[in-house]
Amino acid sequence: MRQALRIATVLVLAVFSAAPALAQRTDIVVGLVLEPPHLDPTSNAAAAIDEVVYANVFEGLTRFAPDGQIVPGLAESWDVSEDGLVYTFHIAQGVTFHDDSTLTAEDVVFSLDRARGEDSVNAQKFLFDDIESVEASDESTVVVTLARPNGNFPFNMAWGDAVIVAPESADTNTTNPIGTGPFRFESWRQGDSVTLVRNEDYWGEAALLERATFRFISDPTAAFAAMMAEDVDAFPVFPAPETLIQLQSDPRFEVVVGTTEGETILAMNNRREPLDNALVREAIAHAIDRQAVIDGAMFGYGTPIGTHFAPHHPAYVDLTELSAYDPERSRELLAEAGGDDLRLSLALPPPVYARRGGEIIAAQLRAVGIETEIVNVEWAQWLEQVFGNGDFDLTVISHTEPLDIEIYGREDYYFGYGAPEFQEIWDELNRTADPEARNALLGDLQRNISENFVNAYIFQLAKAGVERVELEGLWVNAPTQATDLTKVHWVQ
Amino acid sequence: MVSFVLRRLVSLAVSLAVASVVIFFVLEVLPGDPARFMLGLNASPEALAALRSQLGLDAPVLVRFWDWAGGMMHGDFGISYTYRVPVAELIGARLWVSLPLAIYALALAMLIGIPLGALAASGRDTPVDFGTMGLAQVGIALPNFWFAMLLVLLFSVTLRWFSSGGFPGWEDPGAALAALTLPATALALPQAAILARVMRSSLIDTLDEDYVRTARAKGLSRRQALWRHAFRNGLIPVLTIMGLQFSFLLAGAIIIENVFYLPGLGRLAFQAISSRDLIVVRSVVMILVFAVIVVTFLVDIGYAAIDPRLRRTVR
Repeated sequence: MRQALRIATVLVLAVFSAAPALAQRTDIVVGLVLEPPHLDPTSNAAAAIDEVVYANVFEGLTRFAPDGQIVPGLAESWDVSEDGLVYTFHIAQGVTFHDDSTLTAEDVVFSLDRARGEDSVNAQKFLFDDIESVEASDESTVVVTLARPNGNFPFNMAWGDAVIVAPESADTNTTNPIGTGPFRFESWRQGDSVTLVRNEDYWGEAALLERATFRFISDPTAAFAAMMAEDVDAFPVFPAPETLIQLQSDPRFEVVVGTTEGETILAMNNRREPLDNALVREAIAHAIDRQAVIDGAMFGYGTPIGTHFAPHHPAYVDLTELSAYDPERSRELLAEAGGDDLRLSLALPPPVYARRGGEIIAAQLRAVGIETEIVNVEWAQWLEQVFGNGDFDLTVISHTEPLDIEIYGREDYYFGYGAPEFQEIWDELNRTADPEARNALLGDLQRNISENFVNAYIFQLAKAGVERVELEGLWVNAPTQATDLTKVHWVQ
Repeated sequence: MVSFVLRRLVSLAVSLAVASVVIFFVLEVLPGDPARFMLGLNASPEALAALRSQLGLDAPVLVRFWDWAGGMMHGDFGISYTYRVPVAELIGARLWVSLPLAIYALALAMLIGIPLGALAASGRDTPVDFGTMGLAQVGIALPNFWFAMLLVLLFSVTLRWFSSGGFPGWEDPGAALAALTLPATALALPQAAILARVMRSSLIDTLDEDYVRTARAKGLSRRQALWRHAFRNGLIPVLTIMGLQFSFLLAGAIIIENVFYLPGLGRLAFQAISSRDLIVVRSVVMILVFAVIVVTFLVDIGYAAIDPRLRRTVR
């Protein structure tokens, strides 16, 4: 098989190198693993929606830059009152929606009120929790008053769930998204592809591509074939990491490895015996050899983490040593906790990091005397049973939302931490605007959960993608789940 | 004949009614809340409740059953939870891929399998027979997704004759047929192998029948008797198999549709199951039940067309 592939590659190369130089291309075909259920980012949690429309079709007041920083979006600038309660956003001039209506401050008020309203089905409604009122003080100024200071507010407004929509089109954005972005929606062939075309009336810097097609290919073998057959130009998150080495050796392609916001953890039910004992949790954390999990389950792609925080963030603290691989220590701790002959259930949702990673973790736990009963669950079942009802001992899961350490403050969250000390630091963080001080507090939060061994922190998911070497401008890292095409272009 | 058709129609309606009850309540016991699935890990309880009431999930079970079953009677399958479009529209679009794919595959299977089976029967116990049946054995043994991968490797990656997958739509029929060619071939090969074997053994059985012996006695050669008299009768078991195969091809193309990322019914069902879009799952299963019942009906009619004796008993 491998030999056949190699021969095939050589043949393809021969054909390719003989072809004359092609004219500059202005279109792109991007491969995505999951198809979005619909195209409205404000009423569904599916990352696949943002992967198509974020920054391309829809824009928010602020936005994520490729390096994860928050930069101006539809709001050219904003002022914050001294007490941190009043945000005044200055909206860019001459912005039109794709249906040619003009963006006004009223549209912003509508969008934020809709997202935080009583019958809102916004999947990240918590982003708007602190808002007390939203008012348009003139055509292009929006004043947002918060109930309590929230230093994260501009960050919250950068999420795909906080994009600005118009009242006329809000209800039909699911099938016909009307935004303000550099691309307008052209067509959706359900089950196959979504096509966007350049918005010639874009208010900002125009896109360099004229047309972009997103194709949905979930099968790893099919994804590989589609790259090799040149049916797809880029696959930002490639579903077949085992073939990356081969693609890398092919001069047509470049393999791009970056990081994501996905902390992959062995979550533990802190409410349930014997996991309510910190010694047992510590023992489990020491039993896991992170690098072995990364190598075995992820073909080496992934960064070990010791806390629930992305290593590329400036506030990241490396705490991996705190729960370093030490099976001896693990056995001692278990003896101390009186936990001989532990039997725990381990729920594994479908993604490979969980199924394959979970098998390896189970073997490592067995080595220190903890037997696990592996239960493979579907995603919907995981959401209901593990996440919704908190009915589990252990589970492997990747938390992919940006800066989501906040979940540890929630008492009713599925792993059940919500310690008061944590909540205190979190509240202080919200009152703090100074970046340095904020980073220090974020560090305290990371230490708090690591030292309490709330969960076992395994690795940060890598973003391993493949693209044509002539392509430039795609994101290397994924500060949010998006395929931002605004700067993408072909070079000779 | 009219009363026969009427009777068949009544039993068809009863089957569908029973199927709808079974399908609805079997899926009802599955764990997994569609609203939770759609809103993900950060959803607040209020947002979940708002979405549930928007989707009509907070209504009592019987009310939901009646809304769904009653709606189907006039062609309204409801609104998909995840896609937020009418289910009938979704299924309709997918049928335009799956139905032609199944027909294409079945036609290919017939074109390859039936002549090969007849060839093997007419050259019984000769190297031609052994050769064809050996190939058929291989065809049955190898899974069709593996064939599919080989086809992609050869015709898409190496030769670049066909794209590796996807579907351009029927606006350009040529391109659409081209896109369906590799998947249809991959689906057809194992089916062709089965057809060839059934055709061969059925023909050989028929050759032992009295009327064939009579034909031979009248002076026809073995080969002439086979083609003129035995062939038509030999087709009856083949037809039964084809009826089964068609349902299988329509429902069972999920893997092939994934390998070629085709927007077909199988892939829709797959996506809907994993996202707990139960209204879509239910409706797809209903459509498949309907298809199986209709195909069985057509096969019955087909028997009658081939064999006048069966036509009399049918009447």
